[in-house]
Amino acid sequence: MASDTFYLRQTPLVVLLPPRARAGVLGWLRANLFSSPFNIGLTAICVILIAWVVPPLLRFLLVNATWSGDRAACLPSADNPHPGACWAFVRVWLSYFVYGFYPIAQRWRVDLFFVALAFGIGWLAWLRAPRRDVAALYFFVVLPVLSLILLCGFPLIGLPGVSTVLWGGVLVTIVVATVGMVCSLPLGILLALARRSQIPVVKWLAVMFIEFVRGVPLITVLFMASVMLPLFVPEQLSPDKLLRALIGVAMFASAYMAEVIRAGLIAIPRGQYEAAQALGLGYWRTTALVVLPQALRVTLPNIVNVFIALFKDTTLVFIVGIFDFLRTIEAARGDPRWTSPIVSITGYAFAALFYFVCCYGMSRYVHGMERRLARRSG
Amino acid sequence: MADIARSSAARPSRRHARNIGNLALQVALVAIVLGLIAAAAHNAAVNMAKANIAHGFGFWNNTAGFDISQALVGYSASASTFGRAFWVGLLNTLLVSAVAIVLSTALGFIIGIARLSHNWLVSRLAGGYVELIRNIPLLLQILFWYNAVLKSLPELKGSVTLPFGGFLNNRGLFLPKPVFAPDFSAVVIALAIGVACALALRIWARRRQERTGEQVYLLGPTLALIVGLPFIVFLVAGKPLTFGIPDMGRFNIRGGLEILPEFAALLIALSVYTAAFIAEVVRAGVLAVPAGQTEAAQALGLRSTTTLRLVVVPQAMRMIVPPLTSQYLNLTKNSSLAVAIGYPDLVQVFAGSVLNITGQAVEVIAITMAVYLSISLVTSLLMSLYGRMVAVVER
Repeated sequence: MASDTFYLRQTPLVVLLPPRARAGVLGWLRANLFSSPFNIGLTAICVILIAWVVPPLLRFLLVNATWSGDRAACLPSADNPHPGACWAFVRVWLSYFVYGFYPIAQRWRVDLFFVALAFGIGWLAWLRAPRRDVAALYFFVVLPVLSLILLCGFPLIGLPGVSTVLWGGVLVTIVVATVGMVCSLPLGILLALARRSQIPVVKWLAVMFIEFVRGVPLITVLFMASVMLPLFVPEQLSPDKLLRALIGVAMFASAYMAEVIRAGLIAIPRGQYEAAQALGLGYWRTTALVVLPQALRVTLPNIVNVFIALFKDTTLVFIVGIFDFLRTIEAARGDPRWTSPIVSITGYAFAALFYFVCCYGMSRYVHGMERRLARRSG
Repeated sequence: MADIARSSAARPSRRHARNIGNLALQVALVAIVLGLIAAAAHNAAVNMAKANIAHGFGFWNNTAGFDISQALVGYSASASTFGRAFWVGLLNTLLVSAVAIVLSTALGFIIGIARLSHNWLVSRLAGGYVELIRNIPLLLQILFWYNAVLKSLPELKGSVTLPFGGFLNNRGLFLPKPVFAPDFSAVVIALAIGVACALALRIWARRRQERTGEQVYLLGPTLALIVGLPFIVFLVAGKPLTFGIPDMGRFNIRGGLEILPEFAALLIALSVYTAAFIAEVVRAGVLAVPAGQTEAAQALGLRSTTTLRLVVVPQAMRMIVPPLTSQYLNLTKNSSLAVAIGYPDLVQVFAGSVLNITGQAVEVIAITMAVYLSISLVTSLLMSLYGRMVAVVER
């Protein structure tokens, strides 16, 4: 085919817009909402559902809501026949919801604890923060001691003691969640290592503990901690009510944490162990310097997931008679000066908002972290 | 050469030393654990003697003396024993768990599939449901349904009247109660025969298809066998089923089927909550089936429903069943939150009332935990069998 004729286009083609029906808002609507009769039907059902739920909800929560006043202001009246949420109730009780019966003059200590905790969490959660090892030391060693001194009091340095009976509300919820976290991570690591140990007794003790705790509901663990624990120790050593619940929560969380960390340990390739052994590292140095750092990194999202579950589970201490945030809502809701169906709904809506903001925030963080991990490995 | 010889000579002794170290560690651990148990037992004995609490399981046959609001088997405060109360509580736990498992599975599969929909609005709504429900504690949801919704229903006088003679008020839901005549057993037998025949038909059709390649559509015959046959027997036997209609009195409602608000609140909350987790399990399972599988099935000319039935669902189910079972276990364990609203489940009846009356914390808590533990262990045993059964055989 020897030929020296060829065709070469001298001018570029005119760029055409995509067909109208496939581009822009219209195209998007068509592709995502109205692609087939079935889809049109689904979209219609969804729109009806939204129209049925959302406007009344907004009317209840915002438009018709009562923002200030007392119980009477929240009841149906001539100028507000369908009263909405009674935010006045939350306003009046807010300090109770946060501090419980913590003495008013001492509440700055609780505030300081919140700040110290927020600082620690921020430092740990910010993955590119400087000196995160110091942050871990701060969070797992300095903060617990500091919090104990701040919250329980230390008369020697002028902080009067505050009995845990007076603690309540968000303070207790945060304390239970934080103690669960701070205890369960190291205990969970130890249990996970023990379960993978070659030594039979160590392994079986860990397996028994983990499977036992994971096989029973948290409620029964809390019952056990609150009614059986006092029997098992000499009378004078009997721990106080909050401490008993904390022990139960810490036990429960460590078993779940152990399983999550064990999954991380399994994910580490054998070659890593073998390389460490070839370098002459013993078991503990292999674990501490080679295996654990990698295992914890890949399993960090799951650790935060355990923490989210733990945060929701703190509400169960309610049942063994501890005034956590939910219990303070229940108590305030039942106050004869306030009680009414609308107040109940408002109280629950407020509690739901609190837990949702906390848990959803954490789950968004996990999501971001997972994407980061996927990017790095992919 | 000498170096090598020395190191190989040293190795056994080092291993020997390590073995001795391990052995010592194990003995020490066992000793510590036994010591702790002994100390705890001693303290418990001292403390219980001081508080004048009995020990042992003798209380099992003592008269309970407290009422239970919902009992599936005969129970009375004055005549029944603590042991009977235990069975009543356990049955109530199993009842609410079983019904909630059915409801949450149905809701969870619908929402999980809706999340995968190509319809933007549908998937966003399903996603919103999952995020909202998952991030609010279950206990709060139970309290909400119980205190804010069901307890705010009208009182007895203003009961909502439902079709077919039911009532709804803040004391519960009252429905017509089916009353089975003795002849009804014929219908049950007919149903059993129908199911057996339908299964036999299915096996025959499968063999025939494998032999000849011809397909038989079985939907009609199956329906006729499973629904039609019992229905005909029902008509022939003279409709051996009547309904006890609840009767509204001045102070209470008599007759009919009573559904306690505690049961309803727990059921709704458990189903709604677990459905959000099941939806995620379903979504993950379906997404785990590679797109190539669907494409290959379509390339072979299978219709989209056949693709789904024969290619996607079997592979997705293998991913879905284990985490689904663990959700069922979670649901069963979470049903213990009944204690917060006073539904008489195992924990409320046994670890609550019985514990308070007898004071025998150790025995009561141990029995309660043993029940949940055996449910968990049996389920995980079944799951590992299932896992071995469906494991992909690699060639």
